Amino acid sequence: MPARKKSSGPKATVDEMLLYYRRMLLIRRFEEKAGQLYGMGLIGGFCHLYIGQEAVVVGLEASAREGDKRITAYRDHGHMLACGMDANGVMAELTGRADGYSRGKGGSMHMFSREKDFYGGHGIVGAQVPIGAGLAFSDKYKGNDSVTFVYFGDGAANQGQVYETFNMASLWQLPVVFVIENNQYAMGTSVSRASSTPDLYTRGASFGIEGETVDGMNVVAVRDAGAKAAKHARSGAGPYILEMKTYRYRGHSMSDPAKYRTREEVQGVRSTRDPIDQARDMLVEAGHADQDSLKSIDQEIKAEVNEAAEFSRTSPEPDPSELWTDVYAA
Amino acid sequence: MATEILMPALSPTMEEGTLAKWLVKEGDKVESGQILAEIETDKATMEFEAADDGKVGKLLVPEGAEGIVVNTPIALLVGDGEELESTSESMTPPMPPAESEKPESPLPSLSPPAAAAASLGTVRQRGTEFRQQTVREALRDAMAEEMRRDEKVFLMGEEVAQYQGAYKISQGLLEEFGERRVVDTPITEHGFTGLGVGAAFGGLRPIVEFMTFNFAMQAIDQIINSAAKTLYMSGGQMGCPIVFRGPNGAAARVAAQHSQDFAAWYAHIPGLKVVQPYAADDAKGLLKSAIRDPNPVVFLENEILYGRGFDVPAADDYTVPIGKARIWREGEDLTIVSFGIGVSRALEAAEILADDGIRAEIVDLRSLRPMDTEAVVKSVMKTNRCVTVEEGWPVGSIGNYLSAVLMQQAFDWLDAPVANCAGKDVPMPYAANLEKLALVSTEDVVAAAKAVCYR
Repeated sequence: MPARKKSSGPKATVDEMLLYYRRMLLIRRFEEKAGQLYGMGLIGGFCHLYIGQEAVVVGLEASAREGDKRITAYRDHGHMLACGMDANGVMAELTGRADGYSRGKGGSMHMFSREKDFYGGHGIVGAQVPIGAGLAFSDKYKGNDSVTFVYFGDGAANQGQVYETFNMASLWQLPVVFVIENNQYAMGTSVSRASSTPDLYTRGASFGIEGETVDGMNVVAVRDAGAKAAKHARSGAGPYILEMKTYRYRGHSMSDPAKYRTREEVQGVRSTRDPIDQARDMLVEAGHADQDSLKSIDQEIKAEVNEAAEFSRTSPEPDPSELWTDVYAA
Repeated sequence: MATEILMPALSPTMEEGTLAKWLVKEGDKVESGQILAEIETDKATMEFEAADDGKVGKLLVPEGAEGIVVNTPIALLVGDGEELESTSESMTPPMPPAESEKPESPLPSLSPPAAAAASLGTVRQRGTEFRQQTVREALRDAMAEEMRRDEKVFLMGEEVAQYQGAYKISQGLLEEFGERRVVDTPITEHGFTGLGVGAAFGGLRPIVEFMTFNFAMQAIDQIINSAAKTLYMSGGQMGCPIVFRGPNGAAARVAAQHSQDFAAWYAHIPGLKVVQPYAADDAKGLLKSAIRDPNPVVFLENEILYGRGFDVPAADDYTVPIGKARIWREGEDLTIVSFGIGVSRALEAAEILADDGIRAEIVDLRSLRPMDTEAVVKSVMKTNRCVTVEEGWPVGSIGNYLSAVLMQQAFDWLDAPVANCAGKDVPMPYAANLEKLALVSTEDVVAAAKAVCYR
């Protein structure tokens, strides 16, 4: 196994590091399980896995506080688990069952939790960006100091509505952190083939929005950048852009032939930059964890994911009467 | 020889205006391009300049005169050194008094006829106090009343604040409610519509004004995919209480990209409510209901109707329920169903038909989703014949849908096939004569009515 860079730079306490490790591992194992259930035909339609990008949401959630909002696109399972939504409810939604977060009517791409301030789960590339700015608008209107984290990918970064939103967010000084999850590929098109300028964090410059690029595979670096950006937005100084350099190991969706990149490229990132391996190494090197304690965390997570899978298979399908509910609010 | 200076048309739908201020006086020399007067239209106050060099011979209309019809002579210009010929005065029409009564608009102000007292969905109790209001004023009042009632209601859109509304619908709202609640947006429909949807998810009650619904096509993804579907997709967790409003349908001479009726488009979408009022009282009552509704409501207005006057109940709490039709006129021989400006065609047609002894019942749908098909079926079971009238295109139209409903629910009552009067199946042409041909006309409605009556 090629050597990874020794961890240096940003620091976290033992408890924080264990928490991040656990959360990232939960997302990874959950997604692996979702991939298996998809293969078994229990999950249908589109299913976009977050494997490889775990440090982004886990790091940013560590910089959020009570009342902050988050919104993302369709690669959303990780975001839901990271903000504390229940794995059972997420998995049951993936299988289209009555106990899913949307009672089986939303599916992988359309889940929400008012309780956890998770506003979706949006299937149209870029549509969540102005909506997220609107959430921030509502907080500013109400006069509180909450911040909205608006996630989108390198593909969405070329959408017109993103720039309409940058303009308004800066003009009205909205408390938004724009998080560009640059996983290098918009479906099968690499950033270099789709973007006239590769440094996406600079895309707000013409609107007066500051931005920076972050190692999105290092959970502590992500957390620290998130804290800085959230502080900026919370202070009334307006939006901030974080470009997270990250990587997705799996295909765009489950039906991706993966002809646009080599196995070696994927393997190279996995073996040198994996966010979970990095966290584990930090823990082991500092003497805060050994093989046994890591194994017990692994087993706990595996049990949680297995339980979610079992729950999602045994939860009933929605009652046929559900077809007609929730079209209109009374 | 004196040249007449005529009251200019300063907007596509302007029929009359106010001479707000003369900037020249009789005897002044003027040059081509010099500002002669300020003229106030229904939308704005504009400067009006001289087209020729010369001397102001006579001002024919005093400052402050209202209701000056387009093309009325307002001044006489004479050549330099020339004097006004003594005969010229007799050629000019008499000067209207400053407080002249407004000239008759194409349709006289319509008070509800006695028959409408029992109109469906509209409670008109004896003793209700009414006042004359234009549709424009009624819409403004509806928003202002709801903004006073609920702090979460705010208005956003292009030119809604400082400009007072591109069509003056939001006149005075900035002064009363301030910049926080009356928000001028950049010209970015896609972005600000999405932002409005997010604000609704965040617990506010946005009113999003589209300068016209033509521009809402830039934003239709947010209206349909985000606003209309999220309640369902979230299993009932997250609704979107928002109003999308603005003028819809043909204005006048603005051609294909600015003249179309989106009623059938939005009426197709589950999760949306769709309203298209005709009269000012319905505009007010329905807009208030729309703002209070927990669902996204597409509120389709009409530019040509903005300046038209109707009796509106004076009460602050006047609302009209969404989803109830209104009967404007009772009749025994056929039912004419319409909505929005189509109702004025239907009412005109009913007058003409009455002269031929054909008694038409006029049903104004007011709401297109949910649609009061029950009222239509009930009327047709009485009259046995039906004509539908709308501005939109004929394929996949509201009239098509109503025809199907009547076929399914009133087949045995129909004495003739249902006739659909719609806009012609072409993009809107610019030329005046072609535009007239493309729009649904009163004559079309009369002809269709006679056809279904086999007359």
